[in-house]
Amino acid sequence: MDLDAIQQIFFQECEEGLAAMEGNFAQLRDGDRDSETINGVFRCVHSIKGGAGAFGHERLQAYTHQYETLLDLIRNGTLELTPALLDVVVGAFDVLADHVAAARDGDTPPADAAMLERLMAAAGGDTAPAAAKAAAPAAAPVVAISDDFDDLMSMLGDVAQSEDGADAANGWRLRFAPGAKAFEHGAEPLLLLRELTMLGGKVTTCDRAELPTLEAIEPECGYLAWDVSLPASVAEDDIRAVFEFGDPSVITLTRGDAEPAMAEDSVDALFDLLDSVAAPAAIVEEPTPPPPAPAPAPAPAPVAVAEPVEEKAAPRSAAPSPAAAPAAQTIRVDLDKLDRLVNLVGELVITQAMLAQRLAENQMGGISELSDLEHLTRELQESTMAIRAQPMKTVFSRVPRIIRELEGETGKRVRLDIEGEMTEVDKTVVERIGEPLTHLIRNAVDHGLEMPDVRVANGKSAEGVVRLSAAHQSGRIVITVADDGQGINRARVKAKAIEKGIILPDAVLSEEEIDNLIFAPGFSTAAAITNVSGRGVGMDVVRKNIQALGGRIGIQSREGFGSSFSLSLPLTLAVLDGMIVTVGDQTFVIPLSHIVESLRPDEVALSRLGPDGTLLDVRGAYVPVLRIADYLGIDGAERNATDAVLIVVEGDHGQAALLVDTIQDQRQVVVKSLEANYQAIDGVAGATILGDGRVALIADVDALTSRGGRFVSRSALAA
Amino acid sequence: MAKTIMTVDDSPSMRMLLRVALTDLGYSVVEAEDGVHALEKLDGFQPDLLITDINMPRMDGFGLISEVRGQGRRSLPILVLTTESSDEKKQRARDAGATGWIVKPFHPEKLAAAIRRVLH
Repeated sequence: MDLDAIQQIFFQECEEGLAAMEGNFAQLRDGDRDSETINGVFRCVHSIKGGAGAFGHERLQAYTHQYETLLDLIRNGTLELTPALLDVVVGAFDVLADHVAAARDGDTPPADAAMLERLMAAAGGDTAPAAAKAAAPAAAPVVAISDDFDDLMSMLGDVAQSEDGADAANGWRLRFAPGAKAFEHGAEPLLLLRELTMLGGKVTTCDRAELPTLEAIEPECGYLAWDVSLPASVAEDDIRAVFEFGDPSVITLTRGDAEPAMAEDSVDALFDLLDSVAAPAAIVEEPTPPPPAPAPAPAPAPVAVAEPVEEKAAPRSAAPSPAAAPAAQTIRVDLDKLDRLVNLVGELVITQAMLAQRLAENQMGGISELSDLEHLTRELQESTMAIRAQPMKTVFSRVPRIIRELEGETGKRVRLDIEGEMTEVDKTVVERIGEPLTHLIRNAVDHGLEMPDVRVANGKSAEGVVRLSAAHQSGRIVITVADDGQGINRARVKAKAIEKGIILPDAVLSEEEIDNLIFAPGFSTAAAITNVSGRGVGMDVVRKNIQALGGRIGIQSREGFGSSFSLSLPLTLAVLDGMIVTVGDQTFVIPLSHIVESLRPDEVALSRLGPDGTLLDVRGAYVPVLRIADYLGIDGAERNATDAVLIVVEGDHGQAALLVDTIQDQRQVVVKSLEANYQAIDGVAGATILGDGRVALIADVDALTSRGGRFVSRSALAA
Repeated sequence: MAKTIMTVDDSPSMRMLLRVALTDLGYSVVEAEDGVHALEKLDGFQPDLLITDINMPRMDGFGLISEVRGQGRRSLPILVLTTESSDEKKQRARDAGATGWIVKPFHPEKLAAAIRRVLH
């Protein structure tokens, strides 16, 4: 695993952290002052800061440092979280998200000077120490991490080769007296002596003056002190660093004339060292393996280092030992691998269907192994799909920020209600729903909600409401974006559609048809462009994006009371339950989710309407009959409705009765994209491979019903 | 036998960084996500060194250290991961019962040095 891969994990964490912060902010806005809530925010920022440092994102690190400073003051109670302060904290979040995105994409970091100033001002407002802290340079110097860790090993080698202390003249004299706390908290003075030896130091004397009688010895106390001489070439910082964890008072370091005591003290030092080694080894609670005898002073061996080096030489494959198994209860999987799994399972479903058919042809369709296989395949498929499922939360958590920006841009006041954010849906859907959803939300605030004064004048609360919800509904996910604004001004929409040449001036349209005009290509152009929603993307693009996901978009609006857009999307794009039907020499799949009922009509239920229109009476409601054969130009299909089967389907534009020859079967099919393999065809949503290896087209019920619906409404109007 | 180091950090990327660095140094690594999780793993198991983050959900690093020390594991070396190298923070770590600290972001060299100074 290289650093880049770890960095990717870091950015995923950032995303999760940012999402969690949004949640915490929502609670804080609602007046929640639970310490765990503000702690959660602090921890997220803190983690991002840590990673930013590790991966060398200095600007991000500097920014998070300042952010963290303020949050720390809030969480420890120094600052009270007033609404004004919360605004600063939440405002700083947006810049943080930009920082993270910039670091991830390698872009220029956002301009954060103003926000840093606000953070400093907020942190320094009440407390002098905080102000001093804030005035300090924001970023600690960052040490870039090299791509591999091998330099570490070479560094160890360098140390081992450092001078052996022959140039002791004018060298360092060090007194090391660990004292009462010598072994406190797991410390081990021996290790420090070893390290000094590695730096070229020699123990000149071991002072045993403090050593009490045996019965008076406290096992965790240090009674020995050592004098060590080190070569002059060793940097003072390097010597002091050895003792960084101890109380500074345990060492006295002086640079002085080294006494010419080298000759005999190498032997003395060895004995002293052995003494010192023996003492702690005897008194620590756990058995310590006998320490390796230190090498004679003139050529000190890097004793402390020897172990890791040797272990490193052990076979690499053994390194991640079973004991090192990951502790996490979740694992992160490359999406490509998951896609491959989904595809393979899809192929398995097809193969299983083929096998079933072959067995049936040989009068073996009833064997129990086959139904077991079917059952297992289905479960495998569902489990695989569940791996890809993600809560809508990942998308919804970005919405509060969008709303805040919109409030700033439009001067409107918005309350956001979110429901069903834990609703799970396929990752592809989660990923691709963001953009259309953002557009709908911008629309709701920009076009839907009125300015606060207008609202008040109309007897509404000054604060507009945008409701965002997600729920599972009969095998699909339904996402709703609703506002309590002015609703669609149908007169204006119609006038504009006429002006754009989308409809004829004398067209008579139902309210629903007028509402749906906003999805017409070319409708939202110049005149509708504002800073907020007019970003060159019209509602037609939104609808296309939704349709590309196998979804439908519907609109309900009441003038003066608001609008509601509902998106209905499949939970997964890879499989669907379908009814297999025959039309002429072709086989079709009709998605089961669209089917209301199927029936063989009698003459009485059918009424002729115009030269080629037929209506089916379904218990009093009239549904247009649609001949798939005519629609797609298929020969040899049944013409006579009473000899055929009618399948009543429900789509975006109401119901229609599809006329087919026979129903073959009902089963799950794996969707293969027609666009990817051939080209898009109106009325066909995709294709699948049947058990006998033939390709069947999947009917696009929405496209079909829109044809039927329009046909009928026009005919009805004509009649 | 490779010495075993337990790392405790709620951030997967930080755990991963430590794992890579420590494995390269020849150590075995056992990971935990927070103090509570670490205590579960420490039940009946003694690593040669414990490296823990401070800010974690459920039980933070200081809480973990005081539990571990309270269990009588007084000679287990413990390093805390800290983002600040101020004397105040260091004193706090020492008071809490840590043997030493590693200042994040850590250079592998610094990490090795810190371990060298505490790992028996």
